[in-house]
Amino acid sequence: MATVGGVATSAIAAGDREIRPQNAPSTADHSAFAELKGPFANGPEVTKACLKCHTKASHQLMRTTHWTWAFDNKLTGQMLGKKNVINNFCVATATNWPRCTSCHIGYGWKNAAFDLTNQDAVDCLVCHDATGKYKKFPAGAGHPVYEPKEFPPKSGKIWQPVDLAMVAQKVGQPTRANCGACHFFGGGGDGVKHGDLDSSMFKPDKALDVHMDAKGLNFTCQTCHTTGGHEVTGSRYATKAVDRIGVDVPGKTDFTRSSCESCHGLTPHPESNHPKLNDHTDRVACQTCHIPEFARGGRKTKTWWDWSTAGQSKKVIKDADGYATYHPKKGDFVWQANVRPEYYWFNGNIRYQLLEDKIDPTGVVNINAFGGDSTDADARIWPFKVMRGKQPYDVKNRILAVPHLFGKDEAAFWKHYDWDKALEAGLKARGVSYSGEHAFVETRYFWPITHMVAPKAQAVGCNECHAKNGRLESLTGFYMPGRDSIPWLSTLGWYGALLALIGVGLHGAIRIIAAMRRS
Amino acid sequence: MKTRERVFSRFERFWHWFQAVLIIALMITGFEVNGAYALVGYEEAAGWHRACAWVLIWLWVFAIFWHLVTGEWKQYIPTTERLMAVMKYYSVGIFDHSVPHPYKKTVRFKHNPLQRIAYLSFNIAITPVIWITGLLYMYYNDWPANWGLTLGDVALVHVAAAFAMLIFFIAHVYMAFTGHPPMQYVKAMITGYDDVYPEEKGANK
Repeated sequence: MATVGGVATSAIAAGDREIRPQNAPSTADHSAFAELKGPFANGPEVTKACLKCHTKASHQLMRTTHWTWAFDNKLTGQMLGKKNVINNFCVATATNWPRCTSCHIGYGWKNAAFDLTNQDAVDCLVCHDATGKYKKFPAGAGHPVYEPKEFPPKSGKIWQPVDLAMVAQKVGQPTRANCGACHFFGGGGDGVKHGDLDSSMFKPDKALDVHMDAKGLNFTCQTCHTTGGHEVTGSRYATKAVDRIGVDVPGKTDFTRSSCESCHGLTPHPESNHPKLNDHTDRVACQTCHIPEFARGGRKTKTWWDWSTAGQSKKVIKDADGYATYHPKKGDFVWQANVRPEYYWFNGNIRYQLLEDKIDPTGVVNINAFGGDSTDADARIWPFKVMRGKQPYDVKNRILAVPHLFGKDEAAFWKHYDWDKALEAGLKARGVSYSGEHAFVETRYFWPITHMVAPKAQAVGCNECHAKNGRLESLTGFYMPGRDSIPWLSTLGWYGALLALIGVGLHGAIRIIAAMRRS
Repeated sequence: MKTRERVFSRFERFWHWFQAVLIIALMITGFEVNGAYALVGYEEAAGWHRACAWVLIWLWVFAIFWHLVTGEWKQYIPTTERLMAVMKYYSVGIFDHSVPHPYKKTVRFKHNPLQRIAYLSFNIAITPVIWITGLLYMYYNDWPANWGLTLGDVALVHVAAAFAMLIFFIAHVYMAFTGHPPMQYVKAMITGYDDVYPEEKGANK
């Protein structure tokens, strides 16, 4: 099998069809370009070289969420994006820039002064590296290392500089490795955030993901998340809960394939398989049946993060599989593999708990809340990973607090473990003055699950939902056969039948007694 | 004097027993779908329920056709004549062997007044309700939008009719063994032959 830039170019047979490779080799041999001969001192120099030919690339990119880390949700009017939201992982990006922005597609976002219009700061390589050798430094504000550097500190693990010229000469279309370099490690580690995206998805087998199966269909991310002008479709901030457009045909539809229906249509099940399956597609998301569990690839995902215990001990505690269940800097964790999702009605309308929104600390605070119920025609039953945890809030201001975690300064929590200082600095960076009093509140963050699509034989069967105490036990407001019955009617009916039995039993008994007396 | 004659035609007997089997299967699977117990699991129960329902619907179509063509539908015309006498017989007289059944069965009038009322209720109340709500249930997805009807409403009526069917079934099965000798009526429904009386003028209208 020939490879160009590490990408298989021969057609792969999947089933009885011939599957053409997703990553066709480029028509340009980048190693032949004088501009890319190098040497390059740093990432921005590479970008300058790229932009000499790809003159529009950075302009295109700067309009995307990948760059702005801001997302204007037209549905709710909320300004979201990593720059603005609060979560229950590392809480917020503000003041923690060099660490957080190591996943940004730009170079040098190390403080609030970062110039979002600087074209040279766009990192072309992180998405277009085909060698697998290009790595951003975890605390480098988006830069790789240019000199050998130890990380984590005192770990003895030395990060070596990347041969930028070599990488630049071998660029290609993004692969799962490129997208995964950031998206599989969201939340600061493998599988921490999503649950349906972790490093097992670099080369999944069919059992883990039928579409991305490395030996089968081998889809890349953009096979579904179609791109155009560097804009990637399918946003988590505005999840399309229902796709009534169906099969995506260029020129006729919206040219986005980031929904199951875009390829499979609205009635994907052969009638001969089961007459009721297609009847479910109006109320049940495809993912609900076809992703029976997430974190199925051998990696665990974080499901609980309790910040309130951070700094209380200096010892890292790990479980039998090597996952930290306590970390001095971060508090207590729960990790889970093969997690059954939680199910909720969802119509695509998601509202986030933003910094300015008051919280009710007496209950569990929802980091995001979403619309939809059984009476809403736009809602379907969706699977979710629910991330739970405890995080700091400002008691008097009644808002979720933003801690300043990363840095070498006095206020950095990971340096001095002083919540008050860390929260004061974090909130100040967002233009809010800290009241001086903090406590911890339990929060929930809902993640619609959509990856790790299992082979159809592993799909959730009828009996798993149509049963008492089944998967959908907690969903109310509608009648579901097998799960629901009408208690008063059942009582009335069974007592009626019992009375009829007693009646005929007595009648029969008297007949028998009468017959016995006669003889 | 009474004679033995063929009262139930071959189709009638086939229809009766086939329907009996289907209704038993539908009750067993239906109450499982309703969550009353777990025998074969929801999916299989629902599958058999659907399959049996379709067969029964076709059987009903044929049975209705047969009743119309043969005129046998007249057997279900209700009457109050001798109704009280029959009810009195089943509540008192039946325990005394010397008391005869007040109803003299003939070929043209093979159901007593109580049977007429019971079977007519079965035919025009229980059965159509089950049939209509069952089809609505099956084609839940094709209902027009904003119909104002929920699946729960349909399930309520369907299950209520199913309980009515169960109670009818219990009583019917018991009544089948109230002949003299007890197996008389069951035998008649199997062989088609039963004791009948000659038609008297003005009787059994």
